[in-house]
Amino acid sequence: MTPQLTAKPGTSAPAATGRTMPQSRPVPQNRKRWSTRSLRDFVVFLALALPNLLLIAVFTYLPLINNIYYSTLNWTLGSASAAVVGLENYVTFFTSADAGRVLRTTAVFTAATVGGSMVLGLLIALALNSKVRGTTFARSAVFAPYVLSGVGVGLVWLFIFDPGYGVLAWILRGVGQQSPQWINDPQLSLVMVIIVYVWKNLGYCAVVFLAGLQSLPQDVMEAASLDGAGSFRRFVSMSLPLLSPTTFFLLITTMLSSLQAFDLIRIMTPLGAGTSTLIYEAYLQAFGAYNRAGYSAAISVVLFVILLVITVLQLRFIEKKVHYS
Amino acid sequence: MSAPAPAVVPDGSTPGSSTPDSSTPDAAPPRARPFSRANLLQTLVGGYVPLAVAVLVVFLPLLWMVLSSFKQPGEIVTLDLQVLPAALDPENYRVAMTTVPFGQFFLNSTIVTVVGSGIKVILALLTAYALVFVRFPFKNLIFILILVALMVPAQVSILPNYILIAGMGGKNTLWGIILPGLGTAFGTFLLRQHFLTLPGSILESAEIDGAGHWRRLWQIVVPVSVPSIATVALVTVVSEWNEYIWPLIITDKPESMTLPVGLTLLQNSEGNGAGWGIMMAGAVLVIIPILLIFAMLQRYIVAGLTQGSVTG
Repeated sequence: MTPQLTAKPGTSAPAATGRTMPQSRPVPQNRKRWSTRSLRDFVVFLALALPNLLLIAVFTYLPLINNIYYSTLNWTLGSASAAVVGLENYVTFFTSADAGRVLRTTAVFTAATVGGSMVLGLLIALALNSKVRGTTFARSAVFAPYVLSGVGVGLVWLFIFDPGYGVLAWILRGVGQQSPQWINDPQLSLVMVIIVYVWKNLGYCAVVFLAGLQSLPQDVMEAASLDGAGSFRRFVSMSLPLLSPTTFFLLITTMLSSLQAFDLIRIMTPLGAGTSTLIYEAYLQAFGAYNRAGYSAAISVVLFVILLVITVLQLRFIEKKVHYS
Repeated sequence: MSAPAPAVVPDGSTPGSSTPDSSTPDAAPPRARPFSRANLLQTLVGGYVPLAVAVLVVFLPLLWMVLSSFKQPGEIVTLDLQVLPAALDPENYRVAMTTVPFGQFFLNSTIVTVVGSGIKVILALLTAYALVFVRFPFKNLIFILILVALMVPAQVSILPNYILIAGMGGKNTLWGIILPGLGTAFGTFLLRQHFLTLPGSILESAEIDGAGHWRRLWQIVVPVSVPSIATVALVTVVSEWNEYIWPLIITDKPESMTLPVGLTLLQNSEGNGAGWGIMMAGAVLVIIPILLIFAMLQRYIVAGLTQGSVTG
């Protein structure tokens, strides 16, 4: 940090004047010390950081490039030979019925899970923000599903939704209804997965919204309250606009994670009938029945581009915010 | 949001035994009395009821999982709902353990989680220390590359990583499960942000005393950063334990499967309704360890997982 404070074997000046010495010292000598020291720092830095940086390079950056390369191949996973076909995989995807189906499923799943967990999360955050006892416990409780295994959660809800012996079927029988075919009907499967996904993730939105609510300027809110603004009015015309940075942050992060949702879809609807989003379709194509590695890579690249656009949007927004505040 | 009223009236002025609003003058708003019926109702509706509903919606499915894991097939395959199991019989757990090698899954999951998180935390510590305290020409560029890596979704990398790891002979091995996830952008980022807040003076005095980087890291930086390191460690443990897509792809033999992947196997082997009790026992085994860790240390986990929301 401060070079003149390091031990200097060359200078045998008395300690009292040692501090002022560097200024009067000849420049070349100073530069020489500097470079030995920075060479040592150079080596230390590499020794400390290189393992992690190499791992990130090999398993995070390299796959991005490889994915683009694989997407230009007509290649069956496990086969030793592959033919370069250029953009054919992309053409096949976008001209087949797959594209419409998969993109629509992805859009519905993403919109419904993002909307659902944000709206419910905000409502829960409002309840958590009240001055009653037990909010700390409730806050942890609603956050809990977010950290639980998607596989475990998926199984538990699959049992609840079971049309034969599930709790939901029992409740519906109680009011004289028959349980819908959650598993066999593709559209209902999607609804089911969306419900469970929202259940698992709304705690995240609630906690982030709560942090946002608690950082609102209290004096302004109180002033509005004294001016006779009711709680609904205060919420709509003050909290909501002031929360917009939080809302935008959540919109982006939940959208990114919804687009990558895998565990629940895999465990609740292994065949992906009605629930094949881009990520699940990419998985099924490569590791399901077809082993179409090149085609799967092409879908992954499409997904990556979508995620990239969203991330760039977020970065531009943050830049703007930093710039103006 | 609701029930801001109690603050308006000092505690002594109105005795707690308040009768309904009739005694209040017209001008005063009804909520000025802390124990008035309107105020109590408002507190209940605005505060407790939504909280109670939210907590129940979270806990009832988990409670149902635990209860069902002790039920015999006859108690599940029935049209009348049986809420409580007839006995706390761990039969389902025994069956789950013998149908598939659950002990092995549990052991594999534990090894992957402990080894994986241990290495990740150390790598994050070393990289973050280097980025903050060691001089190097391209530090900003390196930091940007780490930030970008933080945003690259792991899901789109599974096919190339599968080909790479399988080519290295890592299929159905524990190192094959652990290795691709070891590079840690999240931990590095979080610890770097924390190290930047440490006062430079404590390190300078150690430097004068002749302590090298290694000693400065372990004797000064680590001891004052325990909460941040705990945050990184806990978030890493949770995600390693729950990790599904990668172990699912890189293993196809039970000996090397982790718990989430093994559960899929259990699901495949039990087709009819009678298997639900066994599957719930499996779900308990994968969910409860993390739930316990979360219950004890939730402060760190919530803080780590919602990182960025304040700065973002």
